[in-house]
Amino acid sequence: MIQRLLDLTPLFTQSLYETIIMVVFSLVISTIIGVPLGVLLVITRPNHIKPNKWLFYSLNTIINIVRSLPFIILIVAIIPFTEMIVGSAIGIRGAIVPLIVYTAPYIARLTETALLEVDFGVIEAYLAMGASRMQIVFRVLIREARSGILLCLTIALISLIGATAMAGAVGAGGLGDLALRYGYQQWDLPVMMVTVVILIFMVQLIQSLGNWAAKKLKKNT
Amino acid sequence: MIQLTNVYKKFQVGKKEIEALKGVTIHVNKGEIFGVIGYSGAGKSTLLRIMNLLERPTSGNVVVNGENLLDLNDRQLRYSRKKIGVIFQNFNLLSSFNVFDNVAEILRMNRIPKQKIIKKVNDLLELVGLEDKAREYPSQLSGGQKQRVAIARALAMDPEILLCDEATSALDPQTTESILDLLLTINQKMGLTIVLITHEMEVIKKICDRVAVMEKGEVIEQGSVLDIFSRPKRQATKNFIRTVFDEEVPWDIITKIEAYGPCSKILRVSFREDAALDPVLGTIAAQYPITLNILYGSITHIKGTPLGILLLSISGDEEAVSRAIDDLKQKVYHVEIKSEMSAELEVISK
Repeated sequence: MIQRLLDLTPLFTQSLYETIIMVVFSLVISTIIGVPLGVLLVITRPNHIKPNKWLFYSLNTIINIVRSLPFIILIVAIIPFTEMIVGSAIGIRGAIVPLIVYTAPYIARLTETALLEVDFGVIEAYLAMGASRMQIVFRVLIREARSGILLCLTIALISLIGATAMAGAVGAGGLGDLALRYGYQQWDLPVMMVTVVILIFMVQLIQSLGNWAAKKLKKNT
Repeated sequence: MIQLTNVYKKFQVGKKEIEALKGVTIHVNKGEIFGVIGYSGAGKSTLLRIMNLLERPTSGNVVVNGENLLDLNDRQLRYSRKKIGVIFQNFNLLSSFNVFDNVAEILRMNRIPKQKIIKKVNDLLELVGLEDKAREYPSQLSGGQKQRVAIARALAMDPEILLCDEATSALDPQTTESILDLLLTINQKMGLTIVLITHEMEVIKKICDRVAVMEKGEVIEQGSVLDIFSRPKRQATKNFIRTVFDEEVPWDIITKIEAYGPCSKILRVSFREDAALDPVLGTIAAQYPITLNILYGSITHIKGTPLGILLLSISGDEEAVSRAIDDLKQKVYHVEIKSEMSAELEVISK
């Protein structure tokens, strides 16, 4: 059995590589979209530094709608959109679009929560000192919440790994695909077990790293 | 320096409209320490927030340093705010920055050259007595130290005005004392105009030149602190003064005093400065056929000026009592007839 697993090593490395590619790409793009959305969700709310009822409520609604779809349904539901963006709904490219659509609103919500933890008194103090809104966002809000934001990205990253495995269902490759083809369709238990161990190991590692880094950033209390 | 004219502020809370300020007019002179005292909900916080337009008034005028803040656009307002420092009850420091960076950040935001920032921040930390704490984080500091950092930060842009929003309310009495001393030093050394709001009469007594007493969104009394202490007019003011001078007379003592003569009155006499040293009462007691009795007496310093307050009972025949009171009025700063004995008793028996 060990010999068989060793034979399959290239398969595992290939799958792991695909998973990492999908996760990293989607995480980077989702962060680029999600964090600013989270900032908007905070500063446009009533009585904050740039109140805008219309923008706040539309953003809120859209995020809620996207977040209410289970990922496996989301993949199928946005196939036309995926094809329009990357020209294909299958493979790694086809998986990255739904992964981003799924993760960006999640990151936005988590960022929102982290930013709301920042005491408004501090923001007000900098308003009173004549700081501009941009300075308040980048040098007060995000800076004060950075440890929280890092933790939220850790959570998003882990949920992204889970979603990537599901993306195996649309032939995206990666560890999920491996587990499905060998573990489920051929009932190849050893392959399934190794996949599970790799996933557990990855999640543990990421969470520990995230906690460690967040703690380093958090110098207060 | 600061002129608020007929300022109204209404808040919409749910469907109800709350009037936080009802036509407040206040003038703060350059270089003075102006106190605003009131119970919570009196509108004093709103008033302070209007002085730098963190809150916009519903109507009225806000002129600071000769500039009508309501006429300014966003950019001009931000510029003007840099000349108005603020400190808060909760300090509002950046928790992810150490002491040095907390003070330096606002300078960096204003693109001050690095060398200048280092010098400026070190000078400020020395002024507030925290030069050895520059590398510590706010969570490692005591409340008083945090407020010192906040003061250093508020002074970083060389403001002409410092607004203090209940700056000592979260601190213990001893720390309060040291922060007030620091504010006084800043006021005298740098000629900074200070406006502070508080609910503690001790704070007003210790460092303020003038005071406004607020109640239910209105300024009910304002004037020099010495004047307000010697002759308070409104009940709310008297209540605040009582926290410093506890001058209530128990009613059983009043009953006993009443037995003394046909005409008995309780007088509240305030002495200022050297009048506190003259043997005024002895002279009067010798001059008129009256009985004088001291019920309560205290001398305190109001921003360094001694103020004495005595509660006296005076009894004798009506003619002598009224002549003695007239004479007393000539010799001391202020005499207030608290009440006729019987009237006071009536109130009590009710």
